[in-house]
Amino acid sequence: MALLRGQTQTALALGALMMWVVGCQGPFPQSTLAPTADFGAHIDDLFRWIFWFAVAVFVVVEALLVYVLIRYRARPGAPEPERVHGNTLLEIGWTMVPAIILILIAAPTIQTIFRTDGTPAEGALEVDVIGHQWWWEYRYPEFGITTANELHVQQGRQVSLRLTSQDVIHSFWAPRLGGKRDVIAGRTNRLAFTPDSVGVFLGQCAEFCGESHAKMGLRVMVDAPEDFAAWVERERSAPAPAESLSALARQGLEAFRLVREPASNSCIACHAVQAVSFGVLGPNLSHVGGRTTVGAAALPNTPAGLAQWLRDPVAVKPGSKMPRIGLTEDEITALVAYLQGLR
Amino acid sequence: MTHAPAHAHATSTGLDNKKLAFWTFIGSECLLFGSLISTYLIYKGRSVRGPTPQEILNIPLTSVSTFDLLMSSLAMVLALAAVTRGDRLWARVWLGTTALLGALFLGFQAYEFTAFVHEGLTITTNLFGSTFFTLTGFHGGHVFVGVVWLLTLLVRSFQGKLGPDKTINVEIAGLYWHFVDVVWIVIFTVVYLIQ
Amino acid sequence: MATAVAHEAPATRSVLWSWITTTDHKRIGILYGVTAFAFFLLGGLEALVIRLQLARSENDLVSADMFNQLFTMHGTTMVFLAIMPLSAAFFNYIVPLQIGARDVAFPRLNAFSYWVFLFGGLILNSSFIAGPLFGAGSLSVAPNAGWFGYANLTSRAYSPGANIDFWVLGLQILGVASLAAGFNFIVTIVNLRAPGMRLMRLPVFTWMTLVTQFIVVTAFPVITIALVFLMFDRFFGTNFYSVSAGGDLLLWQHLFWLFGHPEVYILILPAMGIVSEVLPTFSRKPLFGYAVVVYSGLLIGVMGWGVWSHHMFSVGLGPIPDSVFAATTMLIAIPTGVKIFNWLATMWGGQLRFTTAMLFAVGFIAMFIIGGLSGVMHAAPPADLQQTDTYFVVGHIHYVLFGGAIQGIFAGIYYWWPKVTGRLMNERLGRVHFTLSFIGMNLAFFPMHFIGLLGMPRRVYTYGPELGLDTLNLVSTVGALLIGVSVLVFLVNAWRTRRHGDIAGNDPWGAATLEWTIPSPPPAYNFTVIPEVVSRLPRWSRTQMKAIPDVPPEPVHVPGGSYWPIVAAAGLAGMAVGALFHTLWVVLAAAAVLVVAIYAWAFEPFEV
Repeated sequence: MALLRGQTQTALALGALMMWVVGCQGPFPQSTLAPTADFGAHIDDLFRWIFWFAVAVFVVVEALLVYVLIRYRARPGAPEPERVHGNTLLEIGWTMVPAIILILIAAPTIQTIFRTDGTPAEGALEVDVIGHQWWWEYRYPEFGITTANELHVQQGRQVSLRLTSQDVIHSFWAPRLGGKRDVIAGRTNRLAFTPDSVGVFLGQCAEFCGESHAKMGLRVMVDAPEDFAAWVERERSAPAPAESLSALARQGLEAFRLVREPASNSCIACHAVQAVSFGVLGPNLSHVGGRTTVGAAALPNTPAGLAQWLRDPVAVKPGSKMPRIGLTEDEITALVAYLQGLR
Repeated sequence: MTHAPAHAHATSTGLDNKKLAFWTFIGSECLLFGSLISTYLIYKGRSVRGPTPQEILNIPLTSVSTFDLLMSSLAMVLALAAVTRGDRLWARVWLGTTALLGALFLGFQAYEFTAFVHEGLTITTNLFGSTFFTLTGFHGGHVFVGVVWLLTLLVRSFQGKLGPDKTINVEIAGLYWHFVDVVWIVIFTVVYLIQ
Repeated sequence: MATAVAHEAPATRSVLWSWITTTDHKRIGILYGVTAFAFFLLGGLEALVIRLQLARSENDLVSADMFNQLFTMHGTTMVFLAIMPLSAAFFNYIVPLQIGARDVAFPRLNAFSYWVFLFGGLILNSSFIAGPLFGAGSLSVAPNAGWFGYANLTSRAYSPGANIDFWVLGLQILGVASLAAGFNFIVTIVNLRAPGMRLMRLPVFTWMTLVTQFIVVTAFPVITIALVFLMFDRFFGTNFYSVSAGGDLLLWQHLFWLFGHPEVYILILPAMGIVSEVLPTFSRKPLFGYAVVVYSGLLIGVMGWGVWSHHMFSVGLGPIPDSVFAATTMLIAIPTGVKIFNWLATMWGGQLRFTTAMLFAVGFIAMFIIGGLSGVMHAAPPADLQQTDTYFVVGHIHYVLFGGAIQGIFAGIYYWWPKVTGRLMNERLGRVHFTLSFIGMNLAFFPMHFIGLLGMPRRVYTYGPELGLDTLNLVSTVGALLIGVSVLVFLVNAWRTRRHGDIAGNDPWGAATLEWTIPSPPPAYNFTVIPEVVSRLPRWSRTQMKAIPDVPPEPVHVPGGSYWPIVAAAGLAGMAVGALFHTLWVVLAAAAVLVVAIYAWAFEPFEV
């Protein structure tokens, strides 16, 4: 009848809309459906297996429903329906068939659980990931590097993440590489993946962690082996000596080192720059100039973006622990020159 | 106008409504205490600083208070029997005894808590302090409610309002009291005896 | 003031007083229904603001903190203040009628449950305007750490304001209401059945109510303890969720989800019960596989205790626990599926009449299948690692909770409205409501599956344009607005029915169960004589039960009201308010009120 036709039309329209959006819109940089690492690929295989079973069950059951609604709608003058109270055979049937489908789903599920449990192989690149409100700290014990927010890894080499938190629970999620893993204080979780494509992959925190949870982004940079080695070299190198800086950058260095009132407004109170300062409350800035974003992917790392961040971090990330210091525009310009030179 | 008194309503199971409700309540309380006891067990041995249970728990003293609570359950049984047979004097004696023994248990607990605080264990000191005081405190709170309940029944008895027709009320109070006792047995075993 | 004779009007008591002191399950049911629906509208408004904020990327309709409060309150309100009490409205009104009883086992406890629910909901929502009282910088200090309040975000260190205090205390109060009602309904259903109403003759709605109440009384103590630990940490400095003291943050999650998963069955089983009543009536056929439907409900209630860690697949429990919970979660899909097939078989061969109630019941089946299938996808931990904490889950929960529970509840509203009010709702408006709602919900929630799989986490106050998800989010917002319109249509229908609805009579639908044997609305005493039941479908059975006379052969005793339930509820609420303000004397004074009320209640001459 009319109502049913209308609903069927809506369903088809909705389905078509979805296909159009997913197929023709995009790109979707945080998609889980286009994996570029083994972790994501294993998950995707399993998901598709389950998905098609789900589609089949959906089609069968909804079709049955629609058929019943049309075929058995009341007709005037029709006799009273026969009083059927049950049928044991049917009950057994529609208990066994779902059970069998579930077994077919469960077996590869358990296989994939063990395959993706985060135990690394020999020779994996170990990175300690420490979650903070609202940024990511990365330490590479193999190289003695500490950096933040942008995780560089090497194409083809397995990455083994050891995840913990400094404060509340977060969740590390780079969808194109694989699933997420929570980052919990007092606990070390593991996540492992081998990226197979060079590129920049977006991610963000996926466990509500307070006011700026939505702004706790991350980037995973999968570098070709030689680029990765170069990145490691840069990260390990000391910053350029003060004498070699431009005048503006030297002013920036002074502004960075300035002890302000209150002391917690000083950059050096929270941030570390190799051979300059040793703060641990905020991201390590030794090579911040080489990053593509600031504020954990809140803004692009351009002069304008960095200036906006320095001017008022709280406006960009509500609740930010980095205060609005009240820097002058000259200070900001100088700091931008200095910080962008730290590559 | 006539009306049938409440207890004349037949119930589908034959069980009194209040008694059935109370058993359901006890089932619920099992999960309450179960969660508290599970947490105690999960956190056992995980305190980062002392005092530890081994250092501070006084098993001989707590054995006495445990015995006291067990005896109170016996007194409760006797109280119920007295009420059932309409023995006003002994109903009052045994109800009073149960309440007294319950209050004595609380006295032991108050002494124990005070001693622990002096020895440096408070509810905020460490995991042991938090779980211990919360678990035994909840239990003690239940004992306190029970003592008040028993005293209320005692007063009712003195008012002549606790005849054999009110047996069900005493029975339910007894159910509560025995439950609280059983929970204590579990707590005593898990916290004091097994270390 | 405890006794009254049925057909004498109460003396000079005002109408308001009669409602405040009522212990009549029918009135309490109405109170629950109206109050819960008001909270449902509030939760819906919260949802609309959320959707408006998310309609496009980098929107700034509301601040981050306000958004976090909104999604927290939306979830908390819909679960505890809307769906649960809407179900309770039906438990209250319908269950005694279905079992042939005059009221519930403990009418005053019933009233107490309602008042505690009302006060708890008011306390929780007062946080929206309580900021100034707590020295906050804003008007609103509503809870803002999610409806699931994970430690240690909820600790005093990371949530220093009053927000979480409101959440903890509000939920503890609401828990008391639910527990009291749980005890009441278990005793009612087990002990107050009319002669001949064997357990396997109970209507499925009453059965599902019984199972739900068992879940309530076993699950709520667990969250009570979880909240006690949080409260003690926040108020007294204990160490339950303190990492530095050696505590485990997962303790909160285990305790919460041990409650939380059974809770979702509390939310869905009553609606399944309603569907199991509505479908047979409008198919003119008995429920297919009655015993199987009952047993699967029981099974779901029991098995629901074995799946909780499927909410924790991303916390790193390890492959063995993950595998175990994956298996138990998949298993529970079986009894759920069985119900759906039995419903389909009920309609097969029937004569289907598409009243609004029937439309919503059928809508339940159609939408619950989708929610159930996405649930099976979540059941596989590796796949869940992509889906959890994203909009995919948000899609899943809204298909089962809106497409399922809310549609089931609307089916119940349209079905039993004539029994409660004596008038029929307008069917044309009802069809408009259903159609708008059906289209709206699919527009709102189906895109969420894609939004999630394409990388948008949940509980985010904004998202970047680079994600490419603006269009899908906009579609979802349009759907949400459509749902809002559909609810307005319902409200218009409800309002018009008061004057213009057709008179219903005892049994407008030709239904099978006992509540349709008595007038609409029923008299205070429900049944002139307690019926003697001889079959599962009293009105359809070939074996007719003895006819119930139109007037009581002798005066029926109906208990009068009592004001001690509301006083006791006020005492309990006062304790929470005192705790909120950290003032001991208020807590003690309110406790004294509570104790006095309990004693007065115990010794009041009140005959059921």
